[in-house]
Amino acid sequence: MSIGARIIGWGVLIFGLLYFFVPLGGLFEFSLKARRGVYSLDAYSRVWADPQFQATFGYSVMMALATIVIGIVIVVPTAFWVRLKMPWARPYVEFMTLLPLVIPAIVIVFGYIRLYNTSSFLPLTGSVLGTNVLLAFGYTVLALPYMYRAVDTGLRTIDVATLTEAAQILGAGWFTILSRIILPNVVPAVLSGAFLTFAIVIGEFTLAALLDRPAFGPYLQRIGANKAYEPFALSVIAFGITWGCLALIQLVSRFSKAAPARF
Amino acid sequence: MSFLVLDNLQKSFGPVQVVKDFNMSIEKGEFVSFLGPSGCGKTTVLRMIAGFEMPSGGTITIDGEDQDRLKSNQRNIGMVFQAYALFPNMNVFDNVAFGLKVAGKPKAEITERVNEMLALIRLEHLADRYPYQMSGGQQQRVALARALAPKPRVLLLDEPLSALDAKIRISLREEIRQIQRQLGITTVFVTHDQEEALSISDRIVVMNAGRADQIGTPSEIYNRPATRFVASFVGTLNMIDAVVADPAANTVRIGDQLIALKEAIAEKKGGDTISLALRPEAGSLVDSGDTALRGEVLSSSFLGSVIRTKLAIGSNTVSFDMFNDPDLTMPAPGEVVTLRFSAGDLLVVRD
Repeated sequence: MSIGARIIGWGVLIFGLLYFFVPLGGLFEFSLKARRGVYSLDAYSRVWADPQFQATFGYSVMMALATIVIGIVIVVPTAFWVRLKMPWARPYVEFMTLLPLVIPAIVIVFGYIRLYNTSSFLPLTGSVLGTNVLLAFGYTVLALPYMYRAVDTGLRTIDVATLTEAAQILGAGWFTILSRIILPNVVPAVLSGAFLTFAIVIGEFTLAALLDRPAFGPYLQRIGANKAYEPFALSVIAFGITWGCLALIQLVSRFSKAAPARF
Repeated sequence: MSFLVLDNLQKSFGPVQVVKDFNMSIEKGEFVSFLGPSGCGKTTVLRMIAGFEMPSGGTITIDGEDQDRLKSNQRNIGMVFQAYALFPNMNVFDNVAFGLKVAGKPKAEITERVNEMLALIRLEHLADRYPYQMSGGQQQRVALARALAPKPRVLLLDEPLSALDAKIRISLREEIRQIQRQLGITTVFVTHDQEEALSISDRIVVMNAGRADQIGTPSEIYNRPATRFVASFVGTLNMIDAVVADPAANTVRIGDQLIALKEAIAEKKGGDTISLALRPEAGSLVDSGDTALRGEVLSSSFLGSVIRTKLAIGSNTVSFDMFNDPDLTMPAPGEVVTLRFSAGDLLVVRD
């Protein structure tokens, strides 16, 4: 590579890094300025001490876990069945799982409210539990593209058809095959889908706000509209959590390379 | 009543009929091989016995019980796959224990049975290993133990040796046969390798285009092939075109040489062409047998234990084998030699 190309390469990289990190640095710096004249963690301690922060964050974590479980229960058997018995249906299923990327969350939530309002055949929005269930399913839809792709990629690394037949001839039924053979072999893939789901749910605003549930996203928005320094501290925390998730995915994918992907 | 009965079995995938009128009775404890080229339907028959494919017609009966309505997980059959298909998330012990656990056996019984199976395949010391930590041969032995652990009524082997290298293939096939004899389990073995089929089977079914061309013991299949296909697929065989000289005297003409056959060809007329088959090992240059054919040596190749020589006899190319001997001089190309054999070795091939 010539010197010129090398300089341009480094220049582009440095520009990209600056573009990304300078605003972030500014955000972080500002979040430390809650006390006049000195840097302090006042904004952070106030955020941590806010019972609303704890409540909404805890709620969102619970919802994220529920979403992950629902996602696994829906996606793993579907992806398995499509691979095993209906390979012709794969393009259609993939298209369907991509729809949430195209259809805005606001459209989905209005559809939900119309379909499941208190005067409908299934009045889910009439109770707290019902609304929570609705929200979890909504999150599952939002996370579907990531979950499906991750699981489908995981299934590609094992010989689904032969392993299924081997288990069948040993007497196993579908539930045993899915829970004891298929799921354990796609754990790294399921985990990476799960972490992406986690990151999406923690930051999601639209569904939670319009269904009026005390989630972290709406709390972030409310603080942002009313406080000066705290929203920046919150943003840093949210970044930290998201990056933590990404780091976990990295770890898991590295772990999966060392694990038995082939047989 | 035979133990495993395949009665008039048919299978079509769309318009393509891959198995046609397949009939066979297999005795308890018998080792039967399905031999044929790829696409002959042998694996499809095996998969129908396993319950992975539903027959388009006909019935499968095991021990007098119709298997039609049973799913593969209700049939109590053991199966070994070409690709091993060990569960990658389980170690050797758990793989072998899988069928027993699914059947809900008590823990002590599972442990005892798994250890017994691991002793049978001599891999007790690898119980904690995962599939990816073992060689192909070891994995396939574990797969065999896994298939046998729940005491299946029938063992199906779907080209279990094809993915292994040559040495392991031979030692494992001997081991499979020995374990099969020891347990007395009825076994169906699918292979495209004729040497494998000949060496371990009680009986062989040679399959061609969805049909069983011939069912017989290895020696019957090899020495008395019933069709041209069986003759050409099993072993090396010289096909010789001959013209009937005198049907009453069983004489035929090969090129310009007249010889007499053992087999009656009275149904033919003088001047008809017929196909004769001769195994390479039946011929010899030394004075033996009652029949002789002169021919010109085309080539002679040294194969280690044998020397294979190709002769031009009339318009036919005929190969024959001689055992190697350090004192032997190989026939030189262009030399005219006399090939001797007994008339009984010359088979009349009927299509």
